[in-house]
Amino acid sequence: MPSMKVGLFVPCYIDQFYPQVAIATLQLLQKLGCDVVVPLEQTCCGQPLANSGFSKLTKGCEKNFVANFAGVDYVVAPSGSCVLHIKEHLPDGKSPSLSTHIRSTIYELTEFLTDVLKVEKLEAYFPYKVGFHNSCHGQRGLGLSSMTELNMPGFSKPAMLLGMVDGIQVQLPERQDECCGFGGTFCVFEEAVSVKMGKDRIREHQSNEVDVITGCDVSCLMHLEGLLKRQGSKIRVMHIAEILNCQ
Amino acid sequence: MKKKHAELAEVFNADESMTDWHDETLWWIRQKRDRSAHNIPEWEQLRQWASDIKAHTLSNLDYYLEEFERNAIANGIKVHWARDAAEHNAIIAGIIRENGVSRVVKSKSMLTEECHLNDHLKDLGIEVVDTDLGERIVQLRDEPPSHIVLPAIHLKKEEVSKTFHQKLGTELGNHDPVYLTSAARDHLRERFIEAELAITGVNFAVANTGEFVVCTNEGNADMGAHLAKVHIAAMGIEKLIPSQKHLGVFTRLLARSATGQPITAYTSHFRTPARGRAIHIVLVDNGRSRLLGQEDFRNSLKCIRCGACFNTCPVYRRSGGHSYHTAIAGPIGSILSPNLDLKANADLPFASTLCGSCSNVCPVKINIHEQLWKWRQVIADKKQFGLFKRLSMRVTATVLSSPFVYRITGRMARWVLRNWPAMINRKSINPWYKQREMPEAPKESFREWYVKNGQL
Repeated sequence: MPSMKVGLFVPCYIDQFYPQVAIATLQLLQKLGCDVVVPLEQTCCGQPLANSGFSKLTKGCEKNFVANFAGVDYVVAPSGSCVLHIKEHLPDGKSPSLSTHIRSTIYELTEFLTDVLKVEKLEAYFPYKVGFHNSCHGQRGLGLSSMTELNMPGFSKPAMLLGMVDGIQVQLPERQDECCGFGGTFCVFEEAVSVKMGKDRIREHQSNEVDVITGCDVSCLMHLEGLLKRQGSKIRVMHIAEILNCQ
Repeated sequence: MKKKHAELAEVFNADESMTDWHDETLWWIRQKRDRSAHNIPEWEQLRQWASDIKAHTLSNLDYYLEEFERNAIANGIKVHWARDAAEHNAIIAGIIRENGVSRVVKSKSMLTEECHLNDHLKDLGIEVVDTDLGERIVQLRDEPPSHIVLPAIHLKKEEVSKTFHQKLGTELGNHDPVYLTSAARDHLRERFIEAELAITGVNFAVANTGEFVVCTNEGNADMGAHLAKVHIAAMGIEKLIPSQKHLGVFTRLLARSATGQPITAYTSHFRTPARGRAIHIVLVDNGRSRLLGQEDFRNSLKCIRCGACFNTCPVYRRSGGHSYHTAIAGPIGSILSPNLDLKANADLPFASTLCGSCSNVCPVKINIHEQLWKWRQVIADKKQFGLFKRLSMRVTATVLSSPFVYRITGRMARWVLRNWPAMINRKSINPWYKQREMPEAPKESFREWYVKNGQL
């Protein structure tokens, strides 16, 4: 496998609250032969500000992001949502060619594995029943899998990868691509609807008797985890990188 | 001050079984729409054609409006122009008065809702009876519609039964839908027969023939328009299409997107008034040309009011139409309403998770979720937020702009969560914590771990 320089983008809340997801992503990429660089001065992509209407306040984040990820072949992150934000909203700023390069070479982890590394097998073992949560920004924004609204052939990059894991049993909920209700600041400003949406998602996975809920976005999983824990549920949440890295 | 979407949605959610029922009913329609759309192999192509036809028409709107007016006049239709809601209401009231009419029926028209025509006419002592069943139900309850296609979708049959008992004298406690519909039918037949003037909406206006098309499932627009001497059609200027050959694209998309039906039960073309009758059409701007002038938002004028974005929207399904406090609720309402009154509707572009399902079901490919994002920027720029939110965003921006400050803040936050959780875990100050646990705070951030272990 050719060695390529991959910049690992660790979204701020993963850095602070879910380090195990970043560790799994790092180890997985290294296992697959990538030369992974972890820029140590990275912070946040600016999405929380921009989605709240304050894209004018994201200049600092963007400047910092570009400075950290200049000079790598690809930027990879275990978060569809943050990747989509950079892809769609990173302005050219003072270094237009760098920004263009980043926007066109930034990948969410599972699409990087399937589309760039073209992974066909994984040494992974995870003997559990897993419910997959399709996160909207990854699915509809980045096109990680087909969407039920559109008249198109079915496919799913994350499901393809999960299919390479030994012992796993993957189950989609009946409403396979309904939003969980996280939605960034939506989860606090529209608390009632956000919680109701999350509870409905969980109910479907519970009826499928899954052991674990996984997905490509820690933010959605964090929201579902918060609800599961409050309910005293035994269902755990794990980012897809943790499962793909499990041996 | 008017209540905002989040507060109204919380009230709606207080009755969880009702919320579940609302969600499931609309999801069932979304599924019908999927089956119907996925049965057409060229569905995505149709959406593209519809979007392109609308884009072309909007780019040449002045030309097509004049062409439509010329042809409509030649057909014997009286054409009126209204700059805003007030002019629209005044024109319609004027026609009613000129004809010395006292009994008016109206079929579904979201434009007349947008302009609050019923209230205006009521103030003038003119009673208008809505003839769409759902519209009539909400009218009897003195409520606005909660959905543009299914105006009474927030009500169960038990509620309708109560309303009909009070207003139409039906049996108390008889919830049988056939009984209730038949009572409504009898009641509405009387109104149709008495009516001297009928108001309808317009689904499509065809420029090259000067005709307009009204789509209903109940045939109520036809009954009103065919029985009354005078027919007034109210139409937003964006409803135009260039020629009849384009119509099929839209009629194939409209009913499938709205309810999953192959076509509406009645797709009626109005072109020339019958002898001794009159047709008036009121072409209404009401902020539309302002939208047309904004590159970011003009695509919203492509909307054909099918309601598909409502049915698919996970937020709408769990907050109900009235939580949007505007005539047009749902995702499309959330991008149309800020144009009408930015201050009053500044909350609506935030009543979304930006999941994007609305854009995917839209038969004319309006980039709804992208426009929601863009409206948020306009709202922040125009300082429609309180000082607290503006300041907290500034602080966040400062923290995230500096790697050093970010790391210190992160470490502090994790320390507080681990050692002093009671400070953050309070339902009164932390909306996350009301019904969710906070994430567990690890001792080390990833960066801290990496600095120690990463290079081994």
